[in-house]
Amino acid sequence: MHSLNDPQLLREIIMDHYEHPRNRGLVDDDSYLKINMNSQTCIDNLDIQVKFDGDKIEDVRYDGEACAICTSSTSIMSELVKGKTKQEAQKIIDNYMNMIYEKDYDPEILEEAIAFQNTYKQANRIKCATLGWSGLVALMKESEE
Amino acid sequence: MFDVNQIRKDFPMLNGKKMQGHPLIYLDNGATTLKPQVVIESVCDYLTNYSGNAHRGDYDLSHEVDEHYEKSRDIVRQFINAKRKEEIVFTSGSTDSLNMIAYGYGLTHLKANDEILITVAEHASNTLPWFDVARLTGASVHYIDLDETGRLTLENVQKAVNENTKIIAVAEVTNVLGYQAPMKDICQFAHERGIVVVVDGAQSVPHQVTDVQETDIDFLAFSGHKMCGPTGIGVMYGKYDLLKDMKPTRLGGGSNSRYNSCGVVTLKDPPYRFEAGTPHIEGAIGLGAAMQYLMKIGMNHIHEYEQELRQYCIQKMLQLDNVEVYNPHSMGAIAFNIKGVFSQDAASLFNSYGIAIRAGQHCAKILDEFLKVSTTLRASFYFYNTKEEIDAFIEVCKKGDDFLDAFFK
Repeated sequence: MHSLNDPQLLREIIMDHYEHPRNRGLVDDDSYLKINMNSQTCIDNLDIQVKFDGDKIEDVRYDGEACAICTSSTSIMSELVKGKTKQEAQKIIDNYMNMIYEKDYDPEILEEAIAFQNTYKQANRIKCATLGWSGLVALMKESEE
Repeated sequence: MFDVNQIRKDFPMLNGKKMQGHPLIYLDNGATTLKPQVVIESVCDYLTNYSGNAHRGDYDLSHEVDEHYEKSRDIVRQFINAKRKEEIVFTSGSTDSLNMIAYGYGLTHLKANDEILITVAEHASNTLPWFDVARLTGASVHYIDLDETGRLTLENVQKAVNENTKIIAVAEVTNVLGYQAPMKDICQFAHERGIVVVVDGAQSVPHQVTDVQETDIDFLAFSGHKMCGPTGIGVMYGKYDLLKDMKPTRLGGGSNSRYNSCGVVTLKDPPYRFEAGTPHIEGAIGLGAAMQYLMKIGMNHIHEYEQELRQYCIQKMLQLDNVEVYNPHSMGAIAFNIKGVFSQDAASLFNSYGIAIRAGQHCAKILDEFLKVSTTLRASFYFYNTKEEIDAFIEVCKKGDDFLDAFFK
């Protein structure tokens, strides 16, 4: 597991996902649910696609224009939830949001996403660090309808 | 003599306010400005010692409010050198003023095939009302080309005008690129063709001498909070004849002299017909105090000092390889980016050093078509900023590559 107290490592995680985002790029496939996440208060603008296979999240894709925090947090999210059941993904999402809003959370389950543990210190970046995650939440909900 | 250290003592926010543990360096003056003690006191004085309504009571207190409120109107008149104080309408700000002009004058005077000229550098508040008024009247919005640096020139105005042009609505100084438009020349050219000139003064009136008679502009909109005044108060200036010929966009108490049950309404004369409802009295009084404060320093001194600051900052920025400046030669805000760093990430880095600058599109969402970058950083000065603050700003520009520092401090 990552050291929670090594800013250098956490910084490298964010930079790595910003410069080499995983699962980036949309696919032309109707079996994916799609949503545009366009922050009303800043510039971040991402399209997010999720493919569900029954209860399982089979694939997560995204693309658009976004800052380092938004891009890397979405990239890490996509890796974390891919292949998980919705229930497992929900648990990760709940812990991530708890971390962002300074509540109790389990760092183990968040893996690389703990890189965003300081977001609350730059309150204006909370939107950036949660935009992709909120898109996933919306699509999970849509898949239930 | 202009003494910035003396001036800074007037602003409580410059004496003790911290951001992220650093003394605040406020470089977002294009968004709003800090308030001097005299403005704060004038607002408190109204609220504490003579709070009552204006134009509404037959008792001494109300008369006292009237006097202060109308005195502020006259201070505004003096500040922009309008011919008479009846040409000064208090509004909630530039956006309100521009909407009143578009819907109160544009909507009632434009017809199908008429043309409104704006530029891509206009603020949303000088763009969206015109889009809507064009849709409602069958008129159309066209763009005056900017020159290669982003400047509005008389020559390009002349190219854009045709026999259908009825209104030219432009910023005297634009909010991202900061170039000064040749208002006097534009007005002269426009008036020879019967075209009305609407000026967005939000970024010019706070920073330079304004003389509406000299430039001969027809309408002027500006905000109080961008010039040391309170938020929620602004001004719509209009030549008196145009105001007479203009419809109020809001009707109600205080704007009419009489009406009957048949719906026959007699409106008051300008400016009162445009000020329905209880006005923002403490705002108007605060704006008057702000303008008196600025005039005491001298708008020419303020302008000169701000240009000196800008020059100082630009020279240092141009020496940095990792910084791209989009408008080195203008006179307003500095639009720039740190190469390879998304503007929002960079703004967070500045924040972590206590420096307030803005990232984004700055309410000029079609300007990207001109700049070829979707978002920028914007540093904007006021007369209370110092070279020492700019030095600190430059040091953070140099750290641009470490923008994630903000996240791990």
